[in-house]
Amino acid sequence: MKILKIIAIIALVGFVGIQFIPTERNQSYTVPETDFMLVHNVPETIQKKLQVSCYDCHSNNTQYPWYNKIQPAAWFLEDHIKEGKAELNFNEWDSLSSRRKSSKLRSIIKQIESGEMPLDSYTLIHKDAKFSEAEAEELINFITQLKDSL
Amino acid sequence: MKNLKMSIAVMLLLAVSFTNAQEKEKMNHDHGDMKMDHSSMKMDKMNPNAEAVLADYFMLKDALVGDDTKKAAQAGTKLMASLKAFDTKSYSKEEQKELADIIEDATEHAEHISESAIDHQREHFKTLSKDITDMVAITGTKSTLYEQFCPMYDKGSAWLSTSNEVKNPYYGSKMLKCGKVQKTIQ
Repeated sequence: MKILKIIAIIALVGFVGIQFIPTERNQSYTVPETDFMLVHNVPETIQKKLQVSCYDCHSNNTQYPWYNKIQPAAWFLEDHIKEGKAELNFNEWDSLSSRRKSSKLRSIIKQIESGEMPLDSYTLIHKDAKFSEAEAEELINFITQLKDSL
Repeated sequence: MKNLKMSIAVMLLLAVSFTNAQEKEKMNHDHGDMKMDHSSMKMDKMNPNAEAVLADYFMLKDALVGDDTKKAAQAGTKLMASLKAFDTKSYSKEEQKELADIIEDATEHAEHISESAIDHQREHFKTLSKDITDMVAITGTKSTLYEQFCPMYDKGSAWLSTSNEVKNPYYGSKMLKCGKVQKTIQ
């Protein structure tokens, strides 16, 4: 019984302890001029969808969920956001060369087509981030057109 | 009570050391891009950096022809290294800019190839092939290359080969012979 108690205490202390480890916050209140939506004429439905489904991890501003400050969830989020932004940051879109843009657009199409993005772990909580078939098609058509016009 | 104090102390220590470790990791990353400082002479049609990139590209292409994901991934890793080692100093300002752009893009594709399943590797190989073709247009190469084209894969896709015999990296054994030589690069 004593052992159990000790384990419980260690676990509790551990949980409390990790709360003190700082995480980087991905928050910005300005949208730079290089933002994807500002440099391209994006239809409103697609703008909304991108915002809800992609921008949390692929821009400088995350709409954090309520558990965002609780470890270890915060680490998990921080990791994903870091990785997402390294891969593609919509806020910095126009700083890419046209070669890079074309590569990124191609990847967006492939990711949506194959259903790899948005991540399952994300849509599990953000139900509205999921793409319906029609939404996916609309986005893919738009991105394809954009890519061909580059 | 003593136990409780002990475990609090241990947890705090762990927390501190973990934060430290994270910091260190960050610093290590910054050391990554040391530049090689030998200025390579520009010999006509022969740039050792470009040849190294091409060698890794062809290793990757052959791995995809052979449906070998693992070897393709290894080639991707090698390619990342040879792209990183590419010294563009001997080129004009404009060429340097273009090459930097190509290298950045190609590196990203190589990275994805180094960690993906074969379908995904082939997707990235397509754009990578465009990058490498554009690189060769600037650097030239010592050997004759053949730009080959398969009209079926993803609305038409090209790749480079050292042989004029078509072996399709996008389909591998499924459709090894699909494609044709569309250009000879000398």
